[in-house]
Amino acid sequence: MPGWIADNALLIGLAVLDGLSYAAAVFMVAVGLNLIFGVLRVLNIAHGSLYAIGGYSAAALGLFVVSRGLPGWLVFPTLLAASVLVGLVLGPPIERLLRRTEKEEPVLQLLVTFALFMILEDLQKLLFGVQPVVFDAPLKMLGTVDIPFGQDVIPFTAYQLFVLPGIALVTLAGLAWFLRRTLYGRMIVAVTTDREAARAMGIDAAKVTLLTFTAGAALAALGGALASPTASLVPGVGAQTIVLSFAVVATAGLGQIEGAAVTSLLIGLGRSFAVYFEPELEVVVPYLIMVAVLLVRPQGLFGVPETRRI
Amino acid sequence: MSRRALLELVAALAAAAIVLLVAALVPWLRFVLTIAIAKGIAVLGILLLLRAGQVSFGHALYVALAAYAAAFAAPRMPEALLLLPLGALVSGAVGLVVGLFVVRYREIFFGMLNLALSMVFYSVLEKFYALTHGTDGIRLPAIRYVGTALGPEEAGWATLAVAILLALGFGAFVRVYLLSPMGEALSAMKTRETRLEFMGIPARRVLLAAYVLSAVMAGCGGVIIAMTTRHVTPALAYWTASGELVFIAILGGAGSVFGPFLGAFGYELTRTYAAALVADAWQMILGIVLLGVILFAPGGLWGMGRSALRRRPAGEGAA
Amino acid sequence: MAGDVRFAPGSLTRRAALGALGVGSLALAGRSVQAQAAKPSELKVGIATYLSGPASVFGVPGRQAAEMLFDEINAEGGIAGVKVRPIFVDEGPGVDHFVGEYRRLVQSENVNIIFSAISSADCLACTPLADELKRPTLLWDCGTQRIFEDARYQYAVRTQGNATPEVLAALLYVLRAKPDFRSIAVVNQDYAWGRDSWAIWKTAMDTLKPGVRVAAEFFPRFGATDFSTEVTRLLALRPDVILTTSWGGDLDAFIRQSAERRLFERSTFVMPLAESSLERVGKTLPAGVIVGGRGDHWFGHPSPKDPALLARFTENYRKRFSTWPIYPTHHMAQAVFAMKAGYEKAIKAKGGGWPTDAELAAAFQGLEFPSLTGTIKIREDGQGLEDQLIGTTVHTDKYPFPVLTDMVVFKAADITTPVGQKSLDWLKTLSPDMPGKMPAPVPYRG
Repeated sequence: MPGWIADNALLIGLAVLDGLSYAAAVFMVAVGLNLIFGVLRVLNIAHGSLYAIGGYSAAALGLFVVSRGLPGWLVFPTLLAASVLVGLVLGPPIERLLRRTEKEEPVLQLLVTFALFMILEDLQKLLFGVQPVVFDAPLKMLGTVDIPFGQDVIPFTAYQLFVLPGIALVTLAGLAWFLRRTLYGRMIVAVTTDREAARAMGIDAAKVTLLTFTAGAALAALGGALASPTASLVPGVGAQTIVLSFAVVATAGLGQIEGAAVTSLLIGLGRSFAVYFEPELEVVVPYLIMVAVLLVRPQGLFGVPETRRI
Repeated sequence: MSRRALLELVAALAAAAIVLLVAALVPWLRFVLTIAIAKGIAVLGILLLLRAGQVSFGHALYVALAAYAAAFAAPRMPEALLLLPLGALVSGAVGLVVGLFVVRYREIFFGMLNLALSMVFYSVLEKFYALTHGTDGIRLPAIRYVGTALGPEEAGWATLAVAILLALGFGAFVRVYLLSPMGEALSAMKTRETRLEFMGIPARRVLLAAYVLSAVMAGCGGVIIAMTTRHVTPALAYWTASGELVFIAILGGAGSVFGPFLGAFGYELTRTYAAALVADAWQMILGIVLLGVILFAPGGLWGMGRSALRRRPAGEGAA
Repeated sequence: MAGDVRFAPGSLTRRAALGALGVGSLALAGRSVQAQAAKPSELKVGIATYLSGPASVFGVPGRQAAEMLFDEINAEGGIAGVKVRPIFVDEGPGVDHFVGEYRRLVQSENVNIIFSAISSADCLACTPLADELKRPTLLWDCGTQRIFEDARYQYAVRTQGNATPEVLAALLYVLRAKPDFRSIAVVNQDYAWGRDSWAIWKTAMDTLKPGVRVAAEFFPRFGATDFSTEVTRLLALRPDVILTTSWGGDLDAFIRQSAERRLFERSTFVMPLAESSLERVGKTLPAGVIVGGRGDHWFGHPSPKDPALLARFTENYRKRFSTWPIYPTHHMAQAVFAMKAGYEKAIKAKGGGWPTDAELAAAFQGLEFPSLTGTIKIREDGQGLEDQLIGTTVHTDKYPFPVLTDMVVFKAADITTPVGQKSLDWLKTLSPDMPGKMPAPVPYRG
C-alpha cells in the first residue's frame, strides 16, 4: 500500500483536486435538500427540478447580461440573483402545497413533490426548450491555473479550483453561523430536533417551514446556477442530479449541514479515485459509500438516534 | 366467509370480467391492461410495506430482477408456468438477503437504501454490457403456455389471463394476510413500533416477512411485464420506475387491495391517453392528476369510490 | 409548435374517441381491420421520436423536419393524391410504454406506416411487432447493427446506415490522417451505443492497426454534466487520440470542459457525432478535430447529388426553425423520401392501384430512393446503404461555428457489413490496405 501511494503520489494529488471540486458541486445540491428534510421531514423530489430551473434561469439572465455588453464581473452576482429569484418564486407556493397535506401521511407529502417534479419537468421544457444550454462566460473569464505534474503541467479552470469549493465553503460556514447564532436559525434547529417540543415552546413552526423551504429552494437553484457554466442543461438533468443528493441526505443524517458536507466530500473523493483507478466503479461509488456508512451508523454520519417513543 | 368478503369477491370477479370485455372490444388496450395488472401486483407488495408506514423507493429492483431472470431463462425454458415461479423465486431470494439488511432501518433510511440498491442494480445492468446489451435490452423468444406454442394473438390473451389469475390470487392473499396477526402487527408498527416490541413481537421479523412477500409480488409483476413487452431494458430498475409504483399505490388508495389495481389502471390509462392527446406534456398531466388526487381525495381512487357509495345512505338520513 | 397538427380536421374523431371512455366509443376506436387496397382519404404516419428527456435534442429536430416535409408533400397534393398526416409519439417513457404506443398506432389510430425510432431498444422491440401486426415500418434513426444481423423481417426496413459504417468510417479517416498514432483513450456514454461503438472501433482497430495501446476507457454515466475528472486524467495520460461517440448535452459539456483546459492541444479528438453539436458549441470547438454525422449528412456536403435539393431543405429549415439542420433531420428526410418512393413503386407495380400493407412492405425491399445528399439503397436484408462523411473542423469567418474541411465521403458498400455476416466477425477480416483505398479528401470551399 505505501508503495502504491508513493508510485501514484502525483495522480493522487490530481484526484484530490478533482474530488474537491466535485464534492463542492454535490454539496451545493444536497445541502438545501438536507435542510428541508430536517425541518419538513419530506424528501423533496422536486429539488432536482429547482436545480434545473435555477441553472436555466442563471444561463438566461447571464446571456442577457453579456448580450447587453454590461461589465463581465456582473455575471457572478447574476448567478446568485437568479437563484434567489427562483427560490422566492417557486419556494413559497410549493411550501403551501406541502403544508396543506401536513396532517396527512408523510408519503402523501413525498408524492406531492413527485407530482411537482413531473409538472416542473415539462414546464422547464416548455420554457427553455430541448436544446442543451450552456453559459460559459464565467468559466472563460477566470481562465485556467497550471498545476505542476512531474515534468508536466495540468491546466485546471480557476472556476473549478477556486470558485466552486469557495462558494461551497462560504455556504457551509454561513449556514452553520446562521443556524447556531441567529434566532431564526436556532428556531430551525429546534424544529429539526423535535417539532412538537419546539411548537410547545411557542415557535411558529409554519414560519420556520416557509423560511427553510424558500432557502432550500434557492440553494437548489444556486446549485444549478453554479453548474451552468460547465454543465449542459438538457431535459432530464434534474432527475439525474437529484438521485445523488438522496444518497447524501440519507448518509449525512437528518438535517445535518456538516453531515452533508462530509458526505459530499466522501462521495466526491470516492468518485474521482474511482475514475482514476477503477473507472467502471464510478457510478456505484456514492451508493456503496451510503451502504457502508449506514451499516456502521444506522442513523447516518451525524444523525442522533431518535428517542424511542412509547 | 363474511358478507363483506363475499361482496369483495364478486366485485373482483366482475372487475376481471370487465377487463376481459374491454380487452376484447379494444384490442390495443389489451397490452396496456396487462401491463397495468402487472404493476398492480407489484404495488400490492408496496401496500404491505405502506401498512407498516414504510415507503420503498427501490422496488423496481425486484420487478427488473425477475424480468431479467425471465429474459435470461426464456431461450432455454420458454414456459410461462416455469418463468413465473423462477422470477418470484429470484426476487424473493434477493428480497430476503436485502431484507435482512434494510428492515433494520425506518422511513427515509429504509426508502433510500432501497433506492440505492436498485440504482446499483441499474448500473450493473449497464456495466455488464456483454451479457445484458445495456440499454438495448434483451428480447424474449415466444413463450409457451402449459407446453403449447401460441400465436401472438393467443399469447397476448394467455398473458392477460395469467395476470388476472395472479392478481386475484395475490389480492385475496394480501387481504387475508392483512387481517391475520402478521398484518395487524404491520399496522401496529406504523402507530408505535415500541409497543409491538413490548408485546414480544419482533418488529423486524414482521417487516421482513412483508418485505420478502413484496419482493415476490414485484417479481411476478416483472415476469408478466417481460412476457408482455417481450423486451426488457435497465429502465425497469431506474429510480423513477420505483417512484411510479409508490405513485400508483397512493393514486389507487392504500386502504384496500383494490387500490393498487385501480391505481394502476388509472395511471396507465391516464398516461396512454395523455400521451395520445399531448405527446409533449403527458408528464405534466400525470403530475396534475396526482396532485389533484392527493389534495382533494387523499384516500385515492378507492377512497373516492367508497365515499361516493357511502354518501347516498347518508343522504337518506342514516348516520 | 407542433400543436397545429393535432387540430387538423381529421383528428376530430380520434380526439372524440380518445376522450370518451365509454365502452361504445372504445369499440369504435378499436376497429383493427384495415380497409385493404382501397385508397384512403388520408395517409396516417405514426412517428416515434423523443419529445422528452435528453434525447429530445435529436427527437425535436426530427419532428420539425417531418412537419416541414409533410407540409411540402401536402402542398404538392400529397402522395398519389392522398394527403399525409403525422402522428407523433414520445419515446421518452421507455420501451414498455413504447410497445403499447406502437400497438395503439396500429390498432387504434390505424396508421398506414410507422417511422420508428431513435432509441435502438425501441427499434429492437418494435421490428418483431411490425411483422406480427403486419404494418410497414421504417427504422428512421436508431443505430444498433444487431437488428438485421440477428434476424430477417418482412415489414421493417431501415432507411439509414448503422453503427458499423458510422464508426468504421471515422477509424479509417484517422488511420489515414494520423497513421502513426500509438495510443488512444475513449470517453463514451455508459449505455448501449457508447459500449457498442467502442467494441466496433476496437475490433476494427486491432485488425487494421494492431498494437495501439488503449490508455484509458471511460464510460461516464449517460447524461453526465461534469467531465473534469476525466479531462484531468486525459491531460495527464496524453493519449495520441481521444475518441468519443457521445452526443447532445454530454458531448457539449465534454467539448467545453476539454477546450477550456487545452486538452485539444494535447490529443487529436475523434467525434463521430459532433456534427450535431457544431452550431451549439460554436468556435469553442477548435480546428483540427475529426467530426462525423452518422451518415453523409452535412449542409456543406462537398458533392451532393442534387445540390438544389440540399440547399432548399437547409434554407427552408433555417427559415422555419431558425437553426441549422443536423443529422436527425436528414434521417427524417430519408424516411419521408423512402415512404414516398415506396408508395410510388408499389402503386406502379399494381398498375395504378392502391397497395395493400403487404405490397407496400414488399416495395421497400430493394428500394432506391434519394436522400438530401445522395441515393440510398435498401439491401435485401432490409438494411439501408448510406454513405458516410467524415471531415476535420476548420474556422472560417462566414460561420460562427466550425465547418468541415478535408472531407471524405465513404461509399456505403465498402464499409457496411455484407449481408448475412455479423459486424464484429466481419471487422476481424478487414484488409490492412483498406485505409489506403479510401477516397481522396476534399477541402472546404467557402
